[in-house]
Amino acid sequence: MAFEHNTPFVESLRVQLRVIGALLMREIVTRYGRENLGFLWLFVEPMMFTLGVTGLWAGAGLRHSTSLPIVAFAVTGYSSVLLWRNCATRCSMAIPPNMPLLFHRNVRVLDLFLTRVLLEVAGATMSFLVLSATWISLGWMEPPRDILQVLLGWGLLAWFGASLALIIGGGTAHSEMIERIWHPAAYLLFPLSGAAFMVDWMPSRFQEIVLWIPMVHGVEMLRDGFFGSTVRTHYSVEYLSLCCALLTLAGLVLVKEAGRRIEVQT
Amino acid sequence: MIELTNVTKTYPTRQGRRVVLDRIDLQVAKGRKIGIFGRNGSGKSTLIRMISGAELPTSGRIRRTISASWPLAFGGAFQPYLTGLDNLRFICRVYGVDFKGAMPFVEDFTELGIYLREPVLHYSSGMRARLAFALSMAIEFDCFLIDEIIVVGDSRFHDKCVHELFEKRKDRALIVVSHDPNMIKNYCDSAYVLTAGRLTAHESVDAAYDFYQTCVQ
Repeated sequence: MAFEHNTPFVESLRVQLRVIGALLMREIVTRYGRENLGFLWLFVEPMMFTLGVTGLWAGAGLRHSTSLPIVAFAVTGYSSVLLWRNCATRCSMAIPPNMPLLFHRNVRVLDLFLTRVLLEVAGATMSFLVLSATWISLGWMEPPRDILQVLLGWGLLAWFGASLALIIGGGTAHSEMIERIWHPAAYLLFPLSGAAFMVDWMPSRFQEIVLWIPMVHGVEMLRDGFFGSTVRTHYSVEYLSLCCALLTLAGLVLVKEAGRRIEVQT
Repeated sequence: MIELTNVTKTYPTRQGRRVVLDRIDLQVAKGRKIGIFGRNGSGKSTLIRMISGAELPTSGRIRRTISASWPLAFGGAFQPYLTGLDNLRFICRVYGVDFKGAMPFVEDFTELGIYLREPVLHYSSGMRARLAFALSMAIEFDCFLIDEIIVVGDSRFHDKCVHELFEKRKDRALIVVSHDPNMIKNYCDSAYVLTAGRLTAHESVDAAYDFYQTCVQ
């Protein structure tokens, strides 16, 4: 199949940014409408999740064996889950409802996924920021010891979420079975993701196994940034980055193939 | 110029791969008006989607040196849950056109009134056709791809389409696919017939139509 591009890169980039901008505006209007909170739901929704989980964990007296402050533990843990889980879930089966938009040549399958990933990352990030800032100003949470480390951990988790979203989104375009598998997988990955435990609490045999799971590294990084030397964390930036890079590559291949085979129906 | 060279499209079906378009060659120069006859299911809409770039050919080459519209079809290109105006906003953003500048024309042409602020979901097919047509006229393409849509409207809509397309935009190219002969016979300067995946050229529009009639029987 011949598919030539004589459009200069800068022009293509301009078109793609324009398309993603248009898709973002459209997605916000279709998802949240213009009534009541409107697009504020974008981060109020994940905030409610995190608040609920924080309340439950604090209320249940989930003190663990350490003296870790439960609010900061829950906020860092559950926010990170929302980050990767929402990206992937929103991209699962994202093509059918957007099918009419693919009538426009410059709207490609990848743009649909990128738009949804951007929105989810923005929502989860704002929710994390607002909650942290609120608890810190109320004195329920200590400010992070190392902001750069927090940013790096959050950034890597967002990249992980994006790459997972491409895999799940591209995968569901090939087989709807992926969607059926994704929901139980997401549910089971939550307790394994490091959100509700610290690697250091595990016996060393389990530590090795758990550290194969990429998002565990991201959560540990976040907590290293928040708690500093008061806790022992275990993570490898290189391992998490490598996982993200490989998943991104595989995801892009899946999405490209999905775009090539798409049948634009109404 | 829009140029298709040896374009083939196959779709997977339960009975294996099915060839919908078979080695199609077609050239459309700027300002030409081309009609394509074909029965239901002959692959007309697939061909139009391929020319527009919404779908890619399985093999072969499509070269576009002039801008082509999206396929103006019954459904398609709209978000049913968005209002007519939000759809216009989206399309203006995608094609980089000023929304405020495009709005008066769309309001005037569609005569949809308050319905422009209602979800497209509630539109009749005639209303959708009016909106689809107005939106594509608001963007200004070099070549318009029309998949039956003008046939849906009433005669007033039909007259307005003819005025916008054949009087105000005489210089543009046009590709119309239809099983209805009138529009092609009246406005196209050459015609093809799509049958069994092959596109055949004919000397005149009338000759193409006669050939199409023998295929239908």
